[in-house]
Amino acid sequence: MSVDMNQFHTVFFEESQEHLQTMEELLLNISTDDPDAEELNSIFRAAHSIKGGSGIFGFDALTGLTHVMETILDKARNHELELTTDIVDVLLSTTDTLGDILQAYQDESDINWQQIEEGKTALESILSAQGGKSEDAELSPPVDTTEQDDSFGFFDDAPGQPEADTGADEDDGFGFFDDAPGLPESDNSAEEDDGFGFFDDAPGQPEADISAEEADGFGFFDDAPGKPEAAPTASATEHDDRDGSYGFFTEPKPAQPIKDEDAYGFFTQPESASTPASKIAAKAPKPTAKPSAKAAGKNDAGSVRVETTKIDTVVNLVGEMVITQSILSMIGEEVEGNTGEKLSGAIDELSRNIREIQEAVMSMRMLPVSFIFNRFPRLVRDLAKTLDKKIDLIIEGGETEVDKSMIEKLADPLTHLVRNSLDHGIESSDKRVAAGKPAIGTVVLKAEQRGGNILISIQDDGGGLNREKILDKALANGLDVDPKMPDEDVWQLIFAPGFSTAEAVTDVSGRGVGMDVVRKNIEAIQGGIDIVSEGGQGSTFTIKLPLTLAIIDGMCVSVGSETYIIPLLNIIESLQPKSEQIKTLANDTMLWSRDQYWPLLSLREQMQIDEPDKPIENSIIVLVEIGKKRYGIIVDQLLGKQQVVIKSLERHYKKVDGISGATIMGDGKVAMIVDVDNLMKNEQINQVGLA
Amino acid sequence: MNTVSSQDAAIAATGGASKEYLTFMLGEEQYGLAIIQVKEIRGYEPVTKIANAPDFIKGVINLRGDIVPIVDLRVKFNVSEATYNEFTIVIMLNVQDRIVGIVVDSVSDVINVTENEIHPPPEFGVAFDSRYLDGLASVDDGLVILVNIERLITSREIGIFDSMNQQNEGSV
Repeated sequence: MSVDMNQFHTVFFEESQEHLQTMEELLLNISTDDPDAEELNSIFRAAHSIKGGSGIFGFDALTGLTHVMETILDKARNHELELTTDIVDVLLSTTDTLGDILQAYQDESDINWQQIEEGKTALESILSAQGGKSEDAELSPPVDTTEQDDSFGFFDDAPGQPEADTGADEDDGFGFFDDAPGLPESDNSAEEDDGFGFFDDAPGQPEADISAEEADGFGFFDDAPGKPEAAPTASATEHDDRDGSYGFFTEPKPAQPIKDEDAYGFFTQPESASTPASKIAAKAPKPTAKPSAKAAGKNDAGSVRVETTKIDTVVNLVGEMVITQSILSMIGEEVEGNTGEKLSGAIDELSRNIREIQEAVMSMRMLPVSFIFNRFPRLVRDLAKTLDKKIDLIIEGGETEVDKSMIEKLADPLTHLVRNSLDHGIESSDKRVAAGKPAIGTVVLKAEQRGGNILISIQDDGGGLNREKILDKALANGLDVDPKMPDEDVWQLIFAPGFSTAEAVTDVSGRGVGMDVVRKNIEAIQGGIDIVSEGGQGSTFTIKLPLTLAIIDGMCVSVGSETYIIPLLNIIESLQPKSEQIKTLANDTMLWSRDQYWPLLSLREQMQIDEPDKPIENSIIVLVEIGKKRYGIIVDQLLGKQQVVIKSLERHYKKVDGISGATIMGDGKVAMIVDVDNLMKNEQINQVGLA
Repeated sequence: MNTVSSQDAAIAATGGASKEYLTFMLGEEQYGLAIIQVKEIRGYEPVTKIANAPDFIKGVINLRGDIVPIVDLRVKFNVSEATYNEFTIVIMLNVQDRIVGIVVDSVSDVINVTENEIHPPPEFGVAFDSRYLDGLASVDDGLVILVNIERLITSREIGIFDSMNQQNEGSV
């Protein structure tokens, strides 16, 4: 086929990622005692779709593994195999392996065949172990699953992968006959295709297409002696107008109206070929897959994939509109009389509309936090096992929306915090019981929007932070601590580099490299982190984030004729100093306020504005804080609070020290946004001894 | 590399080895730059200063939402007195996917120069180092010095592009 497959690869990769995610989610939630048939079906469908697609594109590594997985899932949903936690574990790790392979194909890097083989072996061992327990106990374990091309013995002589058709991955009918020639997926007009039966070409095969209208069903045992159930097979196939059905065992499955999964798994027990039909017939009523139109609806999410750059362009353009609108309203104020009134009315209308457009566009960049939250059930499950603790994870507010760029940067710090809560927060079951707490620990992961902020909290009901330990460790690390410090200040110490009070370094946590990185990452997205902790009751870490990174709340300040923006998030207080508050130590000017000395820094000097300094008593000092840095910025005047759209200076120029970006003010002029972290150098702070 | 390709494109676009140049005045001399790199010409407007920038980088302006740096070539090459009024001209250039504005004394004309009309640049008497020049061309009213504006703007001397581009300079 000369069709260029590459263009479909991206779609396949994206879809497969989604399928893997679905599988993982469902596997995590599945109850081993009483698995929900619909959920099993969904998992099966996901595995099946990956297998189908990978077969088409020739990603054999995926095909092989998903195939065995499918077999297990099929058995599970047919109640032929009892799900155990172990099996779910193996299936979960298979999804990981699949993810790795997928990534490898995507990066066009080498496939780790060994990993695949290991995965397969693990899966097959389930099959063989459970095979012994199932009602078909006397039967030999299923087919040779190790073959890459997944042709199952019977069709070993069949030609390789099916001819791929662009639409084929929706059109499926993969299964054991993937490799059989002339399968429906080689052609979109599957309706007219005949189903290929097991023994289609076997000598002496009876004509089985009894009554099927569009799809001719070839039943394996249709004409087998002593098998009266043959007829239902044929009638069942009438429901299916797309793919041929292969109803060997007269299972009611083909009757499902779900188009994308008819009749798989015929050969899950191909050995049955030798069993009497009556036995199989007895089994027939058992499978209870719900006919589900619901599943079809689920796949149709009614969304469009759009490149983020396109959305960013729209965001930028809307930013321009906001600026133009404010220029317009300034001009509008100059117009007098009747026309002026009309004009200002129109401008008001315009600004309302623009605000709405802005909100709508911003919401396009937003993703629900569940995007990252969803990885945690798995992480907690695995980690709890490793740590031998019993932990319940409760997720709340997963629907809260956060800017996409923030989501990406939140994943690492959140993962770290959750691991910390599990490892250091929650105690072992014995300890918990001894302390009169339920044996199962609880970690609550919660997101909510409060005002202009998003709050994400990780709350555990563990032992809480140990004040003494932290203080001791801080002293040992040479940090400047006061034993009488308030709790919240003590907790903040754990963010110091190299700080860990864990007794032993585990592979989970305790190396002390984490928390300072956590705080750095969060501050990098304009956020902050708070800790509340009570001995024996647990701790809560709360991350506070702005709604979006593209717009910040800023304080406009003036120095000479220039305007600067200081992010409101960093500002503690703005004040007009009294002369007795100003102290000079060596060459440094300090301000005494809030029971401490604040090093001062003149924005005029920093920004090299060659206008004479105002006397400090006539200036305004803006006290700022970022991380552990606290200092005062001397400015001429405060002009007021304003939301500003952040523009990159580096786009057409380059990074400027002490400036994090620029913005365009209402009059169309550019104003610089002060980088509070960068403006005052660490050395300067250390010099004055206030680190 | 970009320089070559954009020139090639220009040659191809104008059919044969002929190229259009925008001529402008800097002090007493007439210069020309490839018009394909000109985004627009506009009057000077007040800039926002940038800290720690050399004096020839006047600052940045808002060009329809883009924060664009303005380089005053008159100051850089010390060729004429830098006054700023409504007649001061800024040429907005597209250089390697960025926008940079340059301030010149005036713009005069658009000329068509074929390749064989270009003579090697003089070694002296020109404000620019000869490596930023494409050559000399004669027009009705005298000589035009053809500037390789892309090489000039991305040079370390101007210093507004990142080090990556500046390293390329050595190999050009």
